[in-house]
Amino acid sequence: MIQTLTSTSSAALAASNRRIAKQGRTVQVSIKRCDGPNKPSRWETFKVTTERGMNVISALMQIAANPTTIDGKQTTPPVWDSGCLEEVCGSCTMVINGKVRQSCSCLLDDYVPNEGDTLTLEPMSKFPVIRDLWVDRERLFHNLKRVKAWVPIDGTYSLGAGPRETPAKQETRYKLSECMSCGCCLEACPQFNVEEDKAQWDTSFIGAHAISQARLFNEHETGKQLKDERIDVLMGPGGVNDCGNAQNCVKVCPKHIPLTESIAAIGRAVTIRSFVKFFKG
Amino acid sequence: MAKQRVIVVGGGLAGLSACVRVAEAGVDVDLFSMVPVKRSHSVCAQGGINACNEVARQQGYSEYEHFDETIYGGDFLADQHPVLEMANWAPKIIDLLDRMGVPFNRTNEGYRDLRLFGGSLFKRTHFAGATTGQQLLYALDEQTRRYEADGKVNKYEFWEFLGPVVSDGRCVGIVAQDMRTMQVRSFRADAVVMATGGCGLVYGKSTNSVVCTGAAAARCFQAGAWYGNPEMIQVHPTAIPGADKLRLMSESARGEGGRVWVPAIKGQDGRWGKHPRSGEDPKKIPENERYYFLEERYPAYGNIVPRDIATREIFDICVNEGMGVANENQVYLDLTHRDPEYLARKLGGILDIYEKFVGDDPKFTPMKIFPAVHYSMGGLWTQFSKGSYNPSEPRDKHKSGTRAPIGAEVGMGMEYGSPINSSTNIPGLYAFGEVNFAYHGANRLGANALLSCLFDGLCCGVSVVNYVRSAEVSKAPAEMLTSSAYDAVVEQENAKIKRFTDTVGKADASPLFNPYQIHKELGQEMTAACTVVKSAARLEQCRTKIAELRDRFGKVRLGDAATWTNQTLSYTRCVGDMLLISEAICLASIERKESRGAHYRTDYPTRDDANYMKSTVAKFSKPMQSTVIELFEIDASLIRPTARTYGKTDPVGAGGAASKKVASPEV
Ligand SMILES: Cc1cc2nc3c(=O)[nH]c(=O)nc-3n(C[C@H](O)[C@H](O)[C@H](O)COP(=O)(O)OP(=O)(O)OC[C@H]3O[C@@H](n4cnc5c(N)ncnc54)[C@H](O)[C@@H]3O)c2cc1C
Ligand code: SF4
Ligand code: SF4
Ligand code: FES
Repeated sequence: MIQTLTSTSSAALAASNRRIAKQGRTVQVSIKRCDGPNKPSRWETFKVTTERGMNVISALMQIAANPTTIDGKQTTPPVWDSGCLEEVCGSCTMVINGKVRQSCSCLLDDYVPNEGDTLTLEPMSKFPVIRDLWVDRERLFHNLKRVKAWVPIDGTYSLGAGPRETPAKQETRYKLSECMSCGCCLEACPQFNVEEDKAQWDTSFIGAHAISQARLFNEHETGKQLKDERIDVLMGPGGVNDCGNAQNCVKVCPKHIPLTESIAAIGRAVTIRSFVKFFKG
Repeated sequence: MAKQRVIVVGGGLAGLSACVRVAEAGVDVDLFSMVPVKRSHSVCAQGGINACNEVARQQGYSEYEHFDETIYGGDFLADQHPVLEMANWAPKIIDLLDRMGVPFNRTNEGYRDLRLFGGSLFKRTHFAGATTGQQLLYALDEQTRRYEADGKVNKYEFWEFLGPVVSDGRCVGIVAQDMRTMQVRSFRADAVVMATGGCGLVYGKSTNSVVCTGAAAARCFQAGAWYGNPEMIQVHPTAIPGADKLRLMSESARGEGGRVWVPAIKGQDGRWGKHPRSGEDPKKIPENERYYFLEERYPAYGNIVPRDIATREIFDICVNEGMGVANENQVYLDLTHRDPEYLARKLGGILDIYEKFVGDDPKFTPMKIFPAVHYSMGGLWTQFSKGSYNPSEPRDKHKSGTRAPIGAEVGMGMEYGSPINSSTNIPGLYAFGEVNFAYHGANRLGANALLSCLFDGLCCGVSVVNYVRSAEVSKAPAEMLTSSAYDAVVEQENAKIKRFTDTVGKADASPLFNPYQIHKELGQEMTAACTVVKSAARLEQCRTKIAELRDRFGKVRLGDAATWTNQTLSYTRCVGDMLLISEAICLASIERKESRGAHYRTDYPTRDDANYMKSTVAKFSKPMQSTVIELFEIDASLIRPTARTYGKTDPVGAGGAASKKVASPEV
């Protein structure tokens, strides 16, 4: 089970931890490793000497440069995924001390403030592992295709400006559009499960991420032309009805996307569409 | 008839816009990227994108003035015709992005909002919150996905480009490796577009993402593509030093009263020297032991000196004087004298970033900052076909706010659709976006990079289509070629891989041959010698160091022989390529005996138009495994060069980026 902390309590915890953290301390980093698909997992623990402002990625870089475990065993450098290192690309999601989050914005001072503390790093469990901490999130992008998460423009020729938009509308859409497809909301969701068989993807629960993206495009003047098609998908198998309303998703979203609002909005649209379909026969 | 295909390498803004444009014209695209394209480095851009707009136009601004600013900002090094075309396209590009659904900030009436940015007196920067790059990239990602769903774009994500396939002097495909299965294979294409971004990582740490190594460009360079203006590297004055990356700290922190200082002791002779307790709690350092060096050295401008000066002075204090905080490369940027509530209101977002990554609250503790390598103006050398505007002699610099001398029709700057636009010297191999050396000359203006990426994709994408449809290319489509050229490169890459993996557990285990160590030393050397302040002596030392590192790289030892998802292999191979890009940067810096834009030589502190208003072009000699630099004439037929002063006599400054009282972030 994923342990979720609300953002205020984790901020308070972080602040108090940072105060006690001394630089140059030695902490342990335990990594759940796996050499590839269908290979067994194992745990390996490394010593890391902290530097100021060190995050999980820099700890991994230190380990990779000289991969020796605490038992003095020479091993291979751990494998992980990262990109921007400033929490905007969504690459580096992993499960850290049991909590899913971005590793680039995870500071050692917050998580392991004392000499000898242990940090555990695991790959996300809802996506197939490629190697070590790197998982295959292709399904997440596939789900964006399912809901046609785009504006169907006429083409790239010069046709003047797009539709005008009120600042309020822009703010709503901008918030939704900040989603970086990181997968935290899917990892935390009890209804979303790992599915290696691609043939099952189109009927498995689509998750909060894509539901919210469907809402984003339904809210756009041109994007709404595909609204019925999106809603049809979301009222089908693996759609919004599979959501158990556990609300874990919204608690772990690093971009604070109003996911439960999106789920409710799409839920309403599904209800309306079912009525329309029912009466039209 | 054989089906024609185009390969696009790189899924940042440049790559995706090329993809959409080419696919729309009916040519199928294979898109390669080391990361899922939605995670490309373009997501990091915060500030915005420039274009002439209706409000600015009615105040006297024009596409022509945007063009003029870009040439002037670039210190007259860019070829001028392509820049004119880019400025003319800019408003149309913004309209297109708007149609794609980019949530641009809005005015009360629902029009697109604008902000002021460095290098202009007019509001001409469009933005979407504090994440413009992310929003633009997502819009292009969505359109690409639409073509992907239609089967017109085929994505190869987590594939690494290893080199172009060149046959009979023409680029006819690529060789690439799957980063998961490690399979190496060739792909055929009638044209290849490189859109692989910048090379910040040759400096070890920069504001760039982890894949911005420049390795892809270096691989084209080794295959015979030329590399233009490598020495032109933009350094941003204020970034947050980090163990893994240098994160950008917006210029607005200085605009809001931030003071830059280091702990220091003033000697009898009035000179500042090192402080014994530098690095301890800054709040305990008394006022008379704080050296506000910008205020002291530039009484008129103080902390808001132009960006290049701020960068140079901070660098001087740390690197030459050794007075950086705690003896490291960092100085304080102090806002603690301001009211915390005011700071939260005005700078909330950017101060949060600092707190998130450093852990200190800048409202109460001075921030530690240092300049950081940010952008590469240099890149693969490309060509263009001049458009219809060709005055008999260049005009004088445009007077801001006056009537534009010419209109802004498509085709005035570059001949639209000409197959040579943004083509490298190898036919069929194109370079778009940051990896293209065109447009920004010796210095890039803030918010012009995103524009150049999209312009390349949308305008020059058509050039690619016309190239593959030309009689010459269609009569020998890649699909029909014999496999020998393709097999040869695959074999060559496999041999290289074997050479690397064979060292695991065998070769000399000394840290001297550890790829991480080599990269670390390279980054330190390049940062010290090839960034803010350069000199012949220091550059020669750097050249020797790079030669030493290249030698050591010959004996590099890997720590992982895995045949599945071997990141160490990919990393090590990149380190080898970064050494070559570094060498080109260093050699071109030696060659350019003048100061221009981002390139500042203490031994040649002024601009020398007679000898150096030219591009430096690096060429790689395969037999010698070495790089030579040549000087190429540039196209300066539209605007006559003037001194780039940004009205320095006026203490508040008329036009300069950082010279404004409330400097807007130029990122
Ligand atoms: C912090 C920051 C803020 C910025 N803010 C602004 C701003 O406000 N306004 C502005 O105009 N500019 C800004 N810039 C500059 C701008 O973001 C970049 O110049 C621009 O995004 C580059 O886009 P690109 O498409 O050329 O390449 P990138 O977005 O860097 O994409 C490169 C692509 O190439 C792929 N690739 C690289 N190597 C290989 C390989 N070997 N094999 C396969 N694929 C490969 C990558 O996977 C990626 O998809 C900023 C830059 C930074 C660092
Ligand atoms: S609210 Fe729905 S989508 Fe969110 S975690 Fe719960 S079940 Fe999953
Ligand atoms: S909704 Fe939030 S948690 Fe889910 S993918 Fe998007 S950014 Fe990540
Ligand atoms: S590396 Fe981009 S979000 Fe962490």
